[in-house]
Amino acid sequence: MIYADNAATTRMSDAAIHTMTALMKESWGNPSSLYAHGQNAREVLEKARGDVAAVIGAQPVEIYFTSGGSEADNQAIRSAAAIGAKNGKRHIVSTAFEHHAVLHTLNRLEKEGFEVTLLDVHENGIVTPDQVAAAIREDTCLVTIMYANNEIGTIQPIPEIGEICRKKKVLFHVDAVQAVGHIPVDVERDRIDLLSASAHKFHGPKGVGFLYARKGIRLTNLIEGGAQERGKRAGTENVPGIAAMAEALREAAADMTENAAHLTAMRDLLIAGLKEIPHGALNGDAGHRLPGNVNFCFEGIEGESLLLLLDDKGICASSGSACTSGSLDPSHVLLAIGRVHDVAHGSLRLSIGEEITEKEVEYIIQSVKEVVEYLRGFSPIWRDLMAGKKEFIL
Amino acid sequence: MALYSEKVMDHFRNPRNVGVIEDANGIGEVGNAKCGDIMKMYLKIKDGVVEDVKFETFGCGSAIASSSMATELIKGQPVEEVKKLTNKAVAEALDGLPAYKMHCSVLAEEAIQSALKDYQERTGEKILN
Ligand SMILES: Cc1ncc(COP(=O)(O)O)c(C=O)c1O
Ligand SMILES: [Zn+2]
Repeated sequence: MIYADNAATTRMSDAAIHTMTALMKESWGNPSSLYAHGQNAREVLEKARGDVAAVIGAQPVEIYFTSGGSEADNQAIRSAAAIGAKNGKRHIVSTAFEHHAVLHTLNRLEKEGFEVTLLDVHENGIVTPDQVAAAIREDTCLVTIMYANNEIGTIQPIPEIGEICRKKKVLFHVDAVQAVGHIPVDVERDRIDLLSASAHKFHGPKGVGFLYARKGIRLTNLIEGGAQERGKRAGTENVPGIAAMAEALREAAADMTENAAHLTAMRDLLIAGLKEIPHGALNGDAGHRLPGNVNFCFEGIEGESLLLLLDDKGICASSGSACTSGSLDPSHVLLAIGRVHDVAHGSLRLSIGEEITEKEVEYIIQSVKEVVEYLRGFSPIWRDLMAGKKEFIL
Repeated sequence: MALYSEKVMDHFRNPRNVGVIEDANGIGEVGNAKCGDIMKMYLKIKDGVVEDVKFETFGCGSAIASSSMATELIKGQPVEEVKKLTNKAVAEALDGLPAYKMHCSVLAEEAIQSALKDYQERTGEKILN
């Protein structure tokens, strides 16, 4: 099997699995208990906090463990909104292609009286610092923009946007779920006030993540209860999961340069190969993108059938087609970069992992070529395109 | 558990009656690219019987399997029977479809109805109510 869906989730690293299972057996005490067995678990927890903080250039007290990226996104945005509301500021700036954890939270805030400006991300899938500067108003309380997009992998100019927000004294939240552990992220350099990350995207366990909140930013609880996480996130901590996340992140950070170099080379090989398929196009900027992300649209075919046939060939991938999501609309990300419905249905995302080989890349290229050609062979849209009854878009 | 039944996967992987009938006397195309599934049915009707049927589909696994199964169900059948084919019958013959995929089987029923209507318009022979 070739697993090329690392943007969906990753395999846990051996070290993370070892850390997690060892702690489940040995350090299962409650970190809030005062006897030694509990305090050992507390020590593990605080070491993990320190390790995570170090990787992103934060201080340990600025890290709050959560159940994952979605929770961190919700809490960051809710908190910034509450601070804003207190000061009479109810305007938020974001982009049209954020993850639903962000977009749906913003929708809810709109219903509560906030105004949201969603910036256009252009054909290349990148928002510009100038757009952000122009969108910020007197009453803007938050700018929330993802570090890298989960579907098309485009990397946003986060340090430049951070600079603008800092100057204009507006809180800046970054959904860095796809970036942390893959490209350098530093909350000081990037002037980030709030940041979300998720362990299962960098070879840690699912259901664990963290929120970074710059010191002095008052968080709003999503979960009330005990005094865990400085009183901002109640619930007995998932110590084994959190420690495994820290282990996975340390590893990812240590190997980042090497991994990124290999992935970038493999990614570009894959892109070059898939470009040979006629009437297809890469989605998102070719250069400013995650090292492991490849995303194409192929005209005349539908994504789900493409995925099922690739699965038969042992390749795990994903698509932004409507029929894979269970809705009638294709991915909002592809629509945001201007792909029309017809074309957006025929999308393929390959998010490769560090272990991928050149031979596997060649196999993927060959397989995609075969499957696209096969499906086009009995596609009525393709027939019309070839007969000149319909104009090619790509 | 797999998303689809064995039957669906069989018809998806090895679709029956794929292609075009050059001298078809009833052609129906339904769906649109906006929703993600398009189905085109070609019928060759002679003496009140669907002698041959072929299809082309742009769509998901369920759309392709539904087209394939629908053609199997109507091939060689009298028009009187064919016009009664429902999407439910197609889905049942496939051992079921996930609830959110039922709309793909509706297209199969609609494509056949549309092809029969086309036949009726071309020949003036009244077959639909
Ligand atoms: C950009 C982005 N934000 C948020 C999330 C949600 O993360 P989690 O699955 O940990 O809740 C994901 C993962 O799907 C993501 O890719
Ligand atoms: Zn469908």
